[in-house]
Amino acid sequence: MLVAAGVAGLVVAMALMIVRAIVGPSHYDRILAANSIGTKTVLLIALIGFLFGRPAFLDVALVYALINFVATIALMKFFRYRTLASPLTAAPEKEHKNG
Amino acid sequence: MADALHWVGGGLVAIGAIWSIMGAVGVLRFPDVYTRIHAASLTDTGGATLMLLGMAFLAEPGIVTLKLFFVWAFVMLTTPTASNALASAAYSSGHRPRIGNFEFMRGNDSPEAATKGESRP
Amino acid sequence: MTTPFLDANFALNVALLLMLLAIALAVVRTRSLLAAILLMGVYSFVVAAWLMVMDAADVAFTEAVVGAGISTIVLLGAILLTHGEVVRVNWRLQVVPAILVLVVGGVLIYAAGGLPNFGDPASPANSHVGRIYLETTYGDIGAPNVVTAVLASYRGFDTLGETTVIFAACVGVALMLGFGPRVDTAPTVDVMGDHHVVLRVISKMLIPLIVLFALYVQFHGDLGAGGGFQAGVIMAVAVILHAMIFGLGETTKAFRPGVMRSISAFGVVLYTGVGIVCLVNGGGFLDYDFLFTPQVEAMIPPGLLGDPDKPHHWGQHFGILFIELGVLLTVASTMVSIFYGFAGRTIEAIKAERGS
Repeated sequence: MLVAAGVAGLVVAMALMIVRAIVGPSHYDRILAANSIGTKTVLLIALIGFLFGRPAFLDVALVYALINFVATIALMKFFRYRTLASPLTAAPEKEHKNG
Repeated sequence: MADALHWVGGGLVAIGAIWSIMGAVGVLRFPDVYTRIHAASLTDTGGATLMLLGMAFLAEPGIVTLKLFFVWAFVMLTTPTASNALASAAYSSGHRPRIGNFEFMRGNDSPEAATKGESRP
Repeated sequence: MTTPFLDANFALNVALLLMLLAIALAVVRTRSLLAAILLMGVYSFVVAAWLMVMDAADVAFTEAVVGAGISTIVLLGAILLTHGEVVRVNWRLQVVPAILVLVVGGVLIYAAGGLPNFGDPASPANSHVGRIYLETTYGDIGAPNVVTAVLASYRGFDTLGETTVIFAACVGVALMLGFGPRVDTAPTVDVMGDHHVVLRVISKMLIPLIVLFALYVQFHGDLGAGGGFQAGVIMAVAVILHAMIFGLGETTKAFRPGVMRSISAFGVVLYTGVGIVCLVNGGGFLDYDFLFTPQVEAMIPPGLLGDPDKPHHWGQHFGILFIELGVLLTVASTMVSIFYGFAGRTIEAIKAERGS
């Protein structure tokens, strides 16, 4: 019963986040909302697994956590720098020289 | 005993869900990107910790507990990292916080100078 | 159908579907292609959560890795070559497509009334072929995950076709967007002195874990959700993460574009080779029971996998293992090649090429 309440709470939180993802206003707000929806989906899938008595769903939750991170980084990098190919940071030894 | 664990686990899951809703309300109501990132990342990690801990109480000890630990570790590694990268990208692209006292930033307001000053002590 | 649990399940379905509708409308309304891609990523997440509610773990797995992961990244790469904004079209041009969409949608909604109830044991899908698979798979093949058994063994020929299609996609992107050298000469964009130190350190920690997890998905495929396709995409995601953090130049040194394309072909060759070995040993194409001759099968120690007293279908075991390996190689290297193709090409690079 409490687990079902948890699922309901997560769905409400996801709905609120979707509002933020749709209205924006800046792209960073949207990425933030997308990342947060991803985390909530991870939890939702794990909870559904418990509700249905299928703990094997946790594998899928783990994949979600991974993909969510990579997609967020890709979106962030693209919105900020308009490239996917350039390195995000200078090589460590160069940093040392400059510093 | 098993019944008590069930209630503790379910209670933690429910509290975690309330945290998530609080975070979502924060993301919806706060005025600028940084406060929203703050609301989302804190409640995501905190809510995930509570919920996964609750599920660990609900599950039989064993492989499921281990997997829950891995999910928790992934969320704890990735959510703060993504929030940090997002906030620094937003700052360097010229977004400025709307609330709070930022007198100390007035001196070096150009995005490049500000980020360089922070990351290279 | 009136127990409280089923009502809650129904409410959950409705809530998720309403969210999907809201996101889909927002994707249609938005003018910014970037926002549209982001919202489609969100759509994929919600759709996969809904698929989990429908108890379709393998499909949700694929939707997660492909819909939310790879297609977001590839679409971002495609936007590099465009304006990033929707151009307003004359509304008269949209009348015919709109009518077409409404008619098809109406037909589909009308047809939905004739579908059997979800999970109905008497529905055609569950009473003929589906039931036979469920009843005989464990005895025939010994794989607990029926989805993997059907995809890899019963319908192995279909999966070979799908793997070939993925290889064709690799060749197509390579032909359209260019071969290796252009990737290396892609212009580096100044990242304006930003130092994502935290991101760099955490990614360095995560990349090996992602690869390890991909291998788990690969070898766990005949027990739980997963398999070669999903594992291949996860592995490609690890390479793509490396390319995004440390730069495409560094990544192409480790995973050369030419080698990636060769591996893509090799995966298909491995898959077909398994089929041909079965053919040579007297079975049908991809009939794994004939993968090993009886002499070879006698050499396998009985305790190699699990209970030594239980009879094992070694041919089926190893056949599925090999073809999943072929699928993994093809999918992973194709996804990496496609990423190289899109990320390495920018408008500046094309202009420089045409100018010279």
